Amino acid sequence: MTIREVAEKLELKGLTKVFDKSVTGVYISDMVSDVIANAKAGNILITVQVHNNVIAAANLVDVSGIVITRGRKPSDDMVALAEKAGISVFSTDLNNWQIASMLYEAGIR
Amino acid sequence: MQDEVLYRESFPILGNDYEHGGEVATKVKSILKELGISSTIIRRLSIANFEAEMNLVMYADEGRLEFTVGPREIEVIVADRGKGIPDIEQAMQEGYSTATAEMRARGFGAGMGLPNIKRNADRFDITSTPGIGTTLRYAVSLTMPAASETQ
Repeated sequence: MTIREVAEKLELKGLTKVFDKSVTGVYISDMVSDVIANAKAGNILITVQVHNNVIAAANLVDVSGIVITRGRKPSDDMVALAEKAGISVFSTDLNNWQIASMLYEAGIR
Repeated sequence: MQDEVLYRESFPILGNDYEHGGEVATKVKSILKELGISSTIIRRLSIANFEAEMNLVMYADEGRLEFTVGPREIEVIVADRGKGIPDIEQAMQEGYSTATAEMRARGFGAGMGLPNIKRNADRFDITSTPGIGTTLRYAVSLTMPAASETQ
């Protein structure tokens, strides 16, 4: 499944251009050291963190996309950095658990 | 120690500069990619470099990250001027952290930084003088299979 397909299925609001990368799984974390140590290449990251350091960490381990939960708004800077890195960023009012369940239902196992 | 230098570059890092935190590790990653280094090695170095860079941003005044590509390994030296670490053994323990509330709010302070660096390196050394600064030296081998791979 690709990021674009995931976004369409879950009706996610894109904050960046949607980069059509394939999704290998999901990693859920709000701790940056945990993200960089454990998120795998191609994973979608689900997080409430909205600062530049998270984008850098996600990019360093080749995360395919980021879903920011609970309606938190990233800065324009963060969005620009993600776009430059080719990482699609989405926002949702749902929480981490709700969005994770939907990704599971959508077939990402 | 490196007997032959195939590539070397050094980058300044500023303490408290959260806005650019992670940029040096990102630059090093693209250089390594251009040099044709394998993605497993790039991943391990990127994790270590990011943690070292963020530690410097969070705890030191200023410093540099220098990396050297040799025929057998890629060595990184991250040296800072800052308050240093009084008890290295304690700082190396997973879960131990001196992060402030602000750092924790940004998702740091899990006490994983230094252990993440050590785990992703084939060679790791840290020296620190309180009130002066800290120097990290670590390397990832280009010749032997990774014993502690994270991927």
